[in-house]
Amino acid sequence: MSDTDGRRWHDMGGMPAGPIPMEGHDFALWEKRVDALMVLCGNKGFLSVDGLRRALEDMGEDTFEKYSYYERWIASINQNLIEAGLYTLEELGTRMAEVQARGPTYGEANNG
Amino acid sequence: MPHDHHDHDNLSPSGHPFRADNDEPLSYWQTMEIALREILVEKGHLTQAEITAQIDAMDARNPSQGASVVARAWVDPDFKAQLLADASTASRDMGFDIGPMHLIAVENTDTIHNLIVCTLCSCYPRNLLGLPPDWYKTRAYRSRAVSEPRAVLREFGLNLPDTTTLRVHDSTADMRYIVLPARPAGTDDLSQDELAKLVTRDSMIGVGLPRQP
Repeated sequence: MSDTDGRRWHDMGGMPAGPIPMEGHDFALWEKRVDALMVLCGNKGFLSVDGLRRALEDMGEDTFEKYSYYERWIASINQNLIEAGLYTLEELGTRMAEVQARGPTYGEANNG
Repeated sequence: MPHDHHDHDNLSPSGHPFRADNDEPLSYWQTMEIALREILVEKGHLTQAEITAQIDAMDARNPSQGASVVARAWVDPDFKAQLLADASTASRDMGFDIGPMHLIAVENTDTIHNLIVCTLCSCYPRNLLGLPPDWYKTRAYRSRAVSEPRAVLREFGLNLPDTTTLRVHDSTADMRYIVLPARPAGTDDLSQDELAKLVTRDSMIGVGLPRQP
């Protein structure tokens, strides 16, 4: 991205780009849960849309290409919630290890 | 809806390819979602029932809600005036949960066509239309909708005459747009419910036109 016009990577209006990819997909349950977490945490005042966007934009352009929409969202939600003091990075890491140990698929790991 | 999947086998009932989401190995981000959600529930910040209810509410939102707003505007001039003046209030008055979103309806006419985009992110009238289609969130759409909208529309199969004025509206998190498409000709005899069936999602984004009766 140009460093001469003051734009950040996410400010992509008017930049050259290819054909519109028309493929869609049905949202997976875990994606719907991420969406619900964003809305609920916003309604409860744990994070703001601006906070969500700030963390997304700070992740940089590589993550936009590398990770899916809701993968970036859960990363941003997590960063905002840790900053808000709702839990610590240690608590998250411990729980993620527990979740992983439950089984090799989302369904098994969620049924712990 | 101009889906152009090359593999027409294995399409879901919605016309999309099946996605083997829950059958794939547990990903790092899925692990984070489960862990984060469990911690929030255990600490009493939210409940699993709230999450389920929110998912149900979002699943229930779909373009037919916007279509019913459009159809009413086509048959009810007072409502149309209210919609164009304050789309949030007009939509709420029809019973739709618009949330804190500031919604602006932009009207297509014989000479003006409107297109909505969010160049910065993915802002979309989700409370009225449901979640945005994937293409709406792509780099290609976000980048090009503002610089070469007519070429973009051609990719969606919409060829606007050069004489049509094209207005592109860039959404923000706090201010979102919905297109009020022009009522198709030859629909004088149709009821409001029949008219609503002509209104497509794409026509309310501006990348398409309503169906012909």
